[in-house]
Amino acid sequence: MVYFSKTKTIMVLLVCLFGLAFSLPNFFKESTLASLPDWLPHKHVNLGLDLQGGSHLLLEVEINAVIREQLETLVDDVRIELRKAKINYTGLGVSGTSAVKVTIRKADETDQARTLVRAIAAQSDVSVDNNTILVEMTDREIADRRNAAMQQSVEIVRRRIDETGTREPTIQRQGDDRILVQLPGVKDPERIKALLGKTAKMSFHLTDDRLDDAIRGRVPPGASLLPRVDPTQGFGQVLIKKRVMVSGEDLVDSQPSTDSQSGQPVVTFRFNSRGSKKFGAATAANVNRPFAIVLDGKVISDPVIREPILGGSGQISGNFTFQEATDLALLLRAGALPAPLAILEERSVGPGLGADSISAGKIASILGMILVVVFMAIAYGRFGLMADAALIINMILILGGLSALQATLTLPGIAGIVLTIGMAVDANVLIFERIREEVRLGRGPVSAIDAGYSRALTTIIDANVTTLIAAALLFVFGSGPIKGFAVTLGIGIVTSMFTAIMLTRLFVIIWLRRTNPKELPI
Amino acid sequence: MLRGLNLIPADVNLAFIPKRKLFFAFSILLVLTSIVLFMGKGLNYGIDFKGGIMLEVRTEKAANIAAMRKQLGDLGLGEIALQEFGQPTDVLIRIQRQDGDEKAQQEAVAQVKQALGAGVEYRRTEFVGPKVSNELFVDGLMAVGLAILAILVYIWFRFEWQFGFGAVVALGHDVISTIGIFALFGLEFNLSTVAAVLTIAGYSINDTVVVFDRVRENLRKYKKMPLPEILNNSINETLSRTVITSVTTLIALLALYFLGGAVIRDFSFAMIWGVLIGTYSSICLAVPILLNLNIQRRGTLVGETVEDAPKTP
Repeated sequence: MVYFSKTKTIMVLLVCLFGLAFSLPNFFKESTLASLPDWLPHKHVNLGLDLQGGSHLLLEVEINAVIREQLETLVDDVRIELRKAKINYTGLGVSGTSAVKVTIRKADETDQARTLVRAIAAQSDVSVDNNTILVEMTDREIADRRNAAMQQSVEIVRRRIDETGTREPTIQRQGDDRILVQLPGVKDPERIKALLGKTAKMSFHLTDDRLDDAIRGRVPPGASLLPRVDPTQGFGQVLIKKRVMVSGEDLVDSQPSTDSQSGQPVVTFRFNSRGSKKFGAATAANVNRPFAIVLDGKVISDPVIREPILGGSGQISGNFTFQEATDLALLLRAGALPAPLAILEERSVGPGLGADSISAGKIASILGMILVVVFMAIAYGRFGLMADAALIINMILILGGLSALQATLTLPGIAGIVLTIGMAVDANVLIFERIREEVRLGRGPVSAIDAGYSRALTTIIDANVTTLIAAALLFVFGSGPIKGFAVTLGIGIVTSMFTAIMLTRLFVIIWLRRTNPKELPI
Repeated sequence: MLRGLNLIPADVNLAFIPKRKLFFAFSILLVLTSIVLFMGKGLNYGIDFKGGIMLEVRTEKAANIAAMRKQLGDLGLGEIALQEFGQPTDVLIRIQRQDGDEKAQQEAVAQVKQALGAGVEYRRTEFVGPKVSNELFVDGLMAVGLAILAILVYIWFRFEWQFGFGAVVALGHDVISTIGIFALFGLEFNLSTVAAVLTIAGYSINDTVVVFDRVRENLRKYKKMPLPEILNNSINETLSRTVITSVTTLIALLALYFLGGAVIRDFSFAMIWGVLIGTYSSICLAVPILLNLNIQRRGTLVGETVEDAPKTP
């Protein structure tokens, strides 16, 4: 153990050098680093949201709503087709969570009806029992729908967040129905939460004039009674025709603006060519009649069509504040979510707390380190100083390791580093104690050091493997900040074993060669 | 020449093994008290495991907590707890999980922010819904359970079952008494606490392994020496290391406790306790217990007489 080959020495020095190279950028500003040549490491430690401030949101897509909606559309389609074919039916509706059922009144029309239904629901299983047709979505179809809805949700969430100008957001799909959103440096999470909380399904409908009947409880088929959220027209309710005149999918742009006459904030929009044509035709045919702009099941405005709108653009004036108009325009631009989102978990940290945590962590680590360094020097003299040098290099290696791996440093992660400062010297303590014992047994310096290192080695490995196991499990099961703790603890164990077994040994050997002492100052 | 001080004298010979009954009695009492506290008083679960809302706010001047409590109490959001956090301008607000789904929680956050108005800085907003809190709880239990199991498998693999048993007893003792301390002081038990408990487990085993290693070595070296003497010597021979490592770790943790900020104070406290109890348990529990477990002297040579090791009683 009291021998170090040239190659080994060079390896040890190289590891330290790499550690230093990767840790150095943390002491300089980003702007200084940008001017360095590319081959030099220039990455800072990746700070977690709890240190740099920001929001962590875990969203759940209410994916069953997608399937339900799909079934409801199917019901509407079946109704239209059967009516067109003049087939009498009864009991048309959604059955269970994945099927639609309809009973045909005349037995001899069942076959024709089945053909029609099969054409509409090509991917589903269609079965007939007596005169009842059952359309069941297959598992495959449901899985595909869910998957598509998830992908679309992630995309829409990304667009909405990008529109707010958040820098470097992380948006990840997690599991079957979740989306993880991490927004570093966000100052107002409430706004983003509000933006994500809206489905933003917009559609234009004609209104039905049998409103009084509907309010009395007789909603005509094919119509729907919706609340109005426009205070300028008195809240109340609006009866709309379910058939969509133009849907929000045909929008290509939407911007907040102010009305040239009233000075009120409004939202302007523009349709694509298909939307323009549909909107133009519908408005041309319904001049002087009201139409409704429906957003997430509520009528935000129901103006009267004064003239055909052929240009493909228009504006919504719904008594908005400017912020509301801005947000609505943003939502319309980004598109509708296929299903509502629920926020399952939020962890937002303001920039002030993050900065405070960093400085508190720095002070705690530096002071902890100074105290440990002093204590080791007192306890082991010259050998203690060598362990101290190793401890400082250990810190540099941890910092370098974190920067090189681009692991995330969190507040518990800083705690992990401070803990490592205390525990890192353990390997050296084990070795030094062993050397002391060997000296007491009457061995000479070289042989005592040799025995000390070789006998302490198994103990060091046994003791550290157990802590490493704990760190690994924390990493696997922990979330966010705790993962950060596991990372620094794990890196710290590895680097402290390296510094204790390789680096201090190198120091000791060099010292031994140079001074050739008669007895050990330990 | 720079010489180190022998902080623990080399010829230290404290009577640990002869006093083992005293230690056992103390530890049994400690564990029982912890269990009673856990059952009776229960843990103060944080929002990670219970669900709910937590806000850390900073006001411009020293916060008037009573007024704030009244103001928020009027919102009818159920149980609300306020406490000064670190300094007079900072207040930690905890609001119980709201009835209903995840939306209800978000609405409560919005309501509170509206009630407090624009004059406060929101340093932290955390909210955990019922679904996630359940998952976190299960994951936390899994992590602790699996970590302890994995560590044991390692010990069992490296030593013999008697040592494994001693390590489990010490480990269980440390974990249970940590939970007891949290119940006693009503400290918040959250995800960080689980991390602390796991680290304590690692530290405790680490300490135990070092003494066990020495026991194993001495068993091979001194075939004729009576077991109690071997155990007691092993403890004393490693005592200097045990104490010095505990001291350096405690120094670092105390720095963290006093200077690391209010957010991780409970976490640091758990670790400090863990280091103290972990050191105690390796010396005063894990090793003395070996006496009662009938260690086979020959069997201590690794791999030699594994077959005739005694069956588990």
